[in-house]
Amino acid sequence: MKFLPLIFANLLRKKVRTALTIGSFAVALFLFGLLATIRVAFSQGVDVAGADRLMVINKVSIIQPLPLPYRDRILRIPGVKQVTWANWFGGVYVDEKNFFPQFAVDADTYRDMYPEFVIPDDQWKAFREDRAGAIAGKLTADKYHWKIGDRIPIRGTFLSGVFEFNLHGIYRGTRPQDDTTQFWFHWDYLNEKMPASYKNMIGWYTLRIENPDQAVRVTRAIDETFANSPYETRTMTEKAMAASFAKQMGNIEFVLLSIGAVVFFTLLLVTGNTMAIAVRERTGELAVLKTVGFPDWAVLMLVLAESVLVALLGGGLGIALAKALTLRGDPTNGLLPVFYLPPQPIAAGVAAALLVGVVAGFLPAFSAMRLRVVEALRRV
Amino acid sequence: MRIGGGDGDGLIKVRNLDKKYVRGSEEIHVLQGLNLDVDKGDFLAFMGPSGSGKTTLLNLLGGLDVPSAGSITVAGDEITRLSGGKLTAWRARHVGFVFQMYNLIPVLTAFRNVELPLLLTGLGKAERRKHVETALGVVGLGDRQQHYPRQLSGGQQQRVAIARAIVADATFLLCDEPTGDLDRRSADEILNLIDLLVRDHGKTVLMVTHDPRAAERAQQVLHLEKGVLVEGAPSALRA
Repeated sequence: MKFLPLIFANLLRKKVRTALTIGSFAVALFLFGLLATIRVAFSQGVDVAGADRLMVINKVSIIQPLPLPYRDRILRIPGVKQVTWANWFGGVYVDEKNFFPQFAVDADTYRDMYPEFVIPDDQWKAFREDRAGAIAGKLTADKYHWKIGDRIPIRGTFLSGVFEFNLHGIYRGTRPQDDTTQFWFHWDYLNEKMPASYKNMIGWYTLRIENPDQAVRVTRAIDETFANSPYETRTMTEKAMAASFAKQMGNIEFVLLSIGAVVFFTLLLVTGNTMAIAVRERTGELAVLKTVGFPDWAVLMLVLAESVLVALLGGGLGIALAKALTLRGDPTNGLLPVFYLPPQPIAAGVAAALLVGVVAGFLPAFSAMRLRVVEALRRV
Repeated sequence: MRIGGGDGDGLIKVRNLDKKYVRGSEEIHVLQGLNLDVDKGDFLAFMGPSGSGKTTLLNLLGGLDVPSAGSITVAGDEITRLSGGKLTAWRARHVGFVFQMYNLIPVLTAFRNVELPLLLTGLGKAERRKHVETALGVVGLGDRQQHYPRQLSGGQQQRVAIARAIVADATFLLCDEPTGDLDRRSADEILNLIDLLVRDHGKTVLMVTHDPRAAERAQQVLHLEKGVLVEGAPSALRA
């Protein structure tokens, strides 16, 4: 603590340079925070997927349907506890740019399968009692200023005509990263409107198993049950399913790591150069410190502390700005299911800034430590 | 003080001190077989032409450099046997340095500059403050504690440097051309201050100077000629 005035005084001797270095850290960490937020948005399904939930889709593709009667056969497979199902709808609300996921769900079983989505009992009851009822996620409801009792017209895409829904409930997530953009309505209602060839067909099954350790066995059992049938299945964990969706958007992780690596390497050079200049400018002063009794380690730590302090101030500022931006809401107007910067990337960002501060400051600090007092004083 | 050494129990004992530098294939002997005894409370001035080894001798006495041969013993510690951290710790405890160019840290106030040697001691904040205020009071700058070096005259900056040298109660002071960058009046003030430290506070001072008027304030003037010590008297210098 008693060295802090010396460290701060040194940092403030070239205010513009220090501000620019802190600024470069802030910009880098702000960018890192935003990239991490986008990564979370794309992979949130993976992160929040239930460990005990499996998904069953058509082996050909998720857009190919499965027969509803599979439900009873799946339920009979040992280890399966619950089954629900849903269909993708893909309708248009007022304008095509108004995108949000719409699912036709089984009103009897869907809510129990997803306890992370919270809906008041009276709202769920009203939804169940109205065949044209619907439930919207809070993000979507807020975005379109819907309130309970509103009538929501959605134009079909693969089914012609406009479907009118009565909004009976708004669900919330229990965690910040839960997707609250979905819109649910009765599968029965959709099934009524389907052409004869698609009647009693569903998009996918979601099932809960008794023990996540049995996932591999249950997965295999389901796919073997429907092997060589007209509708072969592909069963996977919900996490794997979400990951395969995320992969369709490209390798976000790779993009994030690549940009992050370039940014941090650049920062390393910028900060290393700044600290090297700072040490060179202060050769005489460092020699004086050694003359009055500062040991080598103290000189090393002083220079290193400056570098680390710059990194932490800039990094902290950048990540705080990124967090503040995410708290203001999704700037993409709902294109992303969540816009949330969790604590883990914040900690990772601060740790990365700290590491860059240490690495960038080490060489200048080491050269300051090795400074020969007599030679340095001769140059003053 | 004795040139040539002896068996006395002086504060500083220098025996057969050699210092040579190697530049390429050339060996430069800066100090040769130097012997010296300095008693507590002595005020010595070293004079000599440029390159005669004055600053090198000061650096060796202050533990900033190591000799090629010979020994230096200060208050019973043979510092030529110390190295690295031990030598640094010894320097912090025993030596106060005063340089020609003051060598203050420009971004620190007078108070913080003087406090620097105390930061590595176990003293608490209040004790450090007390020591710094005392040291600045001794040099007559008690009212300039919060001034930065750029806000002080050359003479005042040198007084801050002296306060920094005495704040940790050093065993002896090494002054390298302390008046070399000052006008006559400021130089006299600094020399009066050094006199005061020797006379009233019992400090031992070894000073390198080119200025005969500064040298005549010392109790004894020693001349360095090509790395060898020669005794001289202030009266002789005046002549």
